[in-house]
Amino acid sequence: MRRILSGNEAIARGVWEAGVRVAAAYPGTPSTEILENLALFPHVYCEWSTNEKVAMDVAAGAAFAGRRALAAMKHVGVNVAADSLFYASYTGAEAGLVIVSADDPAMHSSQNEQDNRRYAAFARVPCLDPADSQECRDYAIAAYELSEMFDTPVMLRTTTRINHSATPVEIGERVEVAADRKKFPRDAAKYVMVPANARGRHPVVEERMRRIAAWAETAPLNRVERRGRGLGIITAGVAYQYAREVFPDASILKLGLVHPLPEQLIRSFAAGVDRLVVVEELDPFIEEGVRLMGIACEGKSIFPLMGELDPTVVRHCGAAAGLPVDRPPVQAVEVPKPALPARPPVLCPGCSHRGIFQLLAKRKVAVSGDIGCYTLAFLPPLSALHFCGCMGASIGVAHGAARSGLQERMVAVIGDSTFYHTGLPALANVAYNRANVLVIILDNRTTGMTGHQANPGTGMTLQNQPTEMIELEPLVRALGIKHVATVHSYDVAEVERAFKALMATNEPAVMVARQACALLPEMRRQYVPLEVIEEKCTGCGVCFRIGCPAILKSDVVDAKSGKPLAIIDHDLCTGCEICSQLCPHDAITNRDQMRLREEAAAAECSLPTPGRG
Amino acid sequence: MVQDDTANFVLVGVGGQGTLLASNILADVGLAAGLDVKKSEVHGMSQRGGSVVSHVRWHPECVSSPLVGLGEADILLAFEKLEALRFAEFLKPGGTAVVNEMQIVPITVSAGTGVYPEDADLDRALAALGAREIRVQGERLAQEAGNVKAANVVLLGAVSRLLTLPEEVWWTCLEQRVPKKFLELNRVAFASGRAAVS
Repeated sequence: MRRILSGNEAIARGVWEAGVRVAAAYPGTPSTEILENLALFPHVYCEWSTNEKVAMDVAAGAAFAGRRALAAMKHVGVNVAADSLFYASYTGAEAGLVIVSADDPAMHSSQNEQDNRRYAAFARVPCLDPADSQECRDYAIAAYELSEMFDTPVMLRTTTRINHSATPVEIGERVEVAADRKKFPRDAAKYVMVPANARGRHPVVEERMRRIAAWAETAPLNRVERRGRGLGIITAGVAYQYAREVFPDASILKLGLVHPLPEQLIRSFAAGVDRLVVVEELDPFIEEGVRLMGIACEGKSIFPLMGELDPTVVRHCGAAAGLPVDRPPVQAVEVPKPALPARPPVLCPGCSHRGIFQLLAKRKVAVSGDIGCYTLAFLPPLSALHFCGCMGASIGVAHGAARSGLQERMVAVIGDSTFYHTGLPALANVAYNRANVLVIILDNRTTGMTGHQANPGTGMTLQNQPTEMIELEPLVRALGIKHVATVHSYDVAEVERAFKALMATNEPAVMVARQACALLPEMRRQYVPLEVIEEKCTGCGVCFRIGCPAILKSDVVDAKSGKPLAIIDHDLCTGCEICSQLCPHDAITNRDQMRLREEAAAAECSLPTPGRG
Repeated sequence: MVQDDTANFVLVGVGGQGTLLASNILADVGLAAGLDVKKSEVHGMSQRGGSVVSHVRWHPECVSSPLVGLGEADILLAFEKLEALRFAEFLKPGGTAVVNEMQIVPITVSAGTGVYPEDADLDRALAALGAREIRVQGERLAQEAGNVKAANVVLLGAVSRLLTLPEEVWWTCLEQRVPKKFLELNRVAFASGRAAVS
């Protein structure tokens, strides 16, 4: 049966067909949809773990218990999970263990563009690199076979263009694999990684990689497409697709297994071509491996090290290096255009974070930020966030800055899901080491940026089971934070009062700013679009400075100031009332006024019309 | 007229406009017509009101790259006018831009750091590319069909007119993607988009 599936849907399908019993992940673009899709299948336990390291441990534990298991994450999630990946490489497991690393070249939704094939080499685990959705499904299944054949975790490494492209896939049925182990293994030499045992395991790991490299020489995962001998290309992943399109006459060694490399296969391929070129995205990973074999090749001297490749880039670079391309690169047509305004992603209309950031901007405090929708508050006009590094870093960075002796009081902002992810140990550190940091937990009752996943604060699991809801206030009090306040994020005055009171303490403090994300279905049902009262608006611009996409400049200007008045886009406004609370001229209606108007209008309509009946 | 079986589409718009559904349907239509198909898009941060781009490619035997190169698109389907201008260079010479008559002012313009381009700017750019320009009143036609949210289906109707595939293929694929209760509404929306192209 043939279906169009995204790479993520295809990985989920392959993992399910492989008989996997346990899968764990933390949401992160471009990996999120793998678990979202897998969770819909029967006979597989799926969870959103609190972070990627926990997910990796959960998958490892299940594999130790003899069940095929999966951990899935974005590339930077592997940084969090690395500690666990490294022990799992030494221990191996009792059943197939696969980690998906979804890399994000060009940083569509990430803070860096690291190449996680390096992690596979670093941790001594094999790495598969699929080139379309069919291979996503097929390699997911192959990964479990490889894992069990060589007693090793296997990395299934993808990139955004694989995860989020959709191509036809021939699917199969689930094959149940034995999962009858009753007891956790008692094998200290293999599973207790104290130095004495780990020393015993390291040679096993090195020998395993040698055996996999030998197996890779003839594995069907790697294939040669023999065409001309003028140009030979070694490539993998989505780069294969670009190379195949742009160099139709070239012979291609298409690697499905990018670590370890098949040395003899590469040698014989290289011997059969006049010029050997590696086409790969990001790092010269294959290129370096080929060079270490003493085989001359080109790669990053022709193609860029940064960003994504695409057919245009590959054709342009290939032609410049004298490679035989399918057709000359398109000469850029001089298109007459004015300077176009950028359209950056923005905090949505009705965003629960907007009121907090307008206050932080107004009070000009130093804000250490974190990973989530709220990072967008760094953009003008709010410009209210001054650091963002990685998940959970906001609190530790604020603590360090505070402990350095800065005069300025540091504020850290972190979302609810990110707080559970890695904010929690950092807040324990603040409480323990007593920095006067104010931590604002932006609790929008969901994991927002990745598209509304459940988390420990929502009371629901990935597979829609009700569960314990971890309450933030008792949690942070238990850590030793004495000053804790909870506010409604939409209540401008309440937020300001609480902020002032907490800032006055000069001790570790936490503000829980709570308001469900305006895009959640139950919130969408409650929209009441507001209006600007034209007679009262002076065009003062206060509402323009909160960066709400629903507030636009009118063509009408104020007679006195000559400045454009504000108008509200009825289709975008949710009625959060932040702007109406801030307007110094009471020129924006509130929800009650809109409701009264509506009732009045409805009453008028239902009045009996004179002269009829 | 576009060579159906090797068509390259680039869809551009603003996060939240329904470009993803449209690109899904385009991919379905190619597959239903017996072609190889690839579709590519990016989810995540850009969807928060930022510019969004989807690529769809059809080929009788094998699509390699999931991405359309610059100067390779037969059809640029723009859900918003500024985005049409931003991504105009995807069009091949003699390609067609189907442009929705929709203006979504980015925050940079409201904040005073940019100016929204004139309609004439788009006309000039497309003319320089030797492209055909078709304007469609997506939202208005969708409203007339019963729901403004069907604008993406109106636009697909317009695109369908540029291809030789029988209308039934499109309709079968639409039926599978839209909720049953909105079927009739979408049928009207699709037909009105189709009728909007001469």
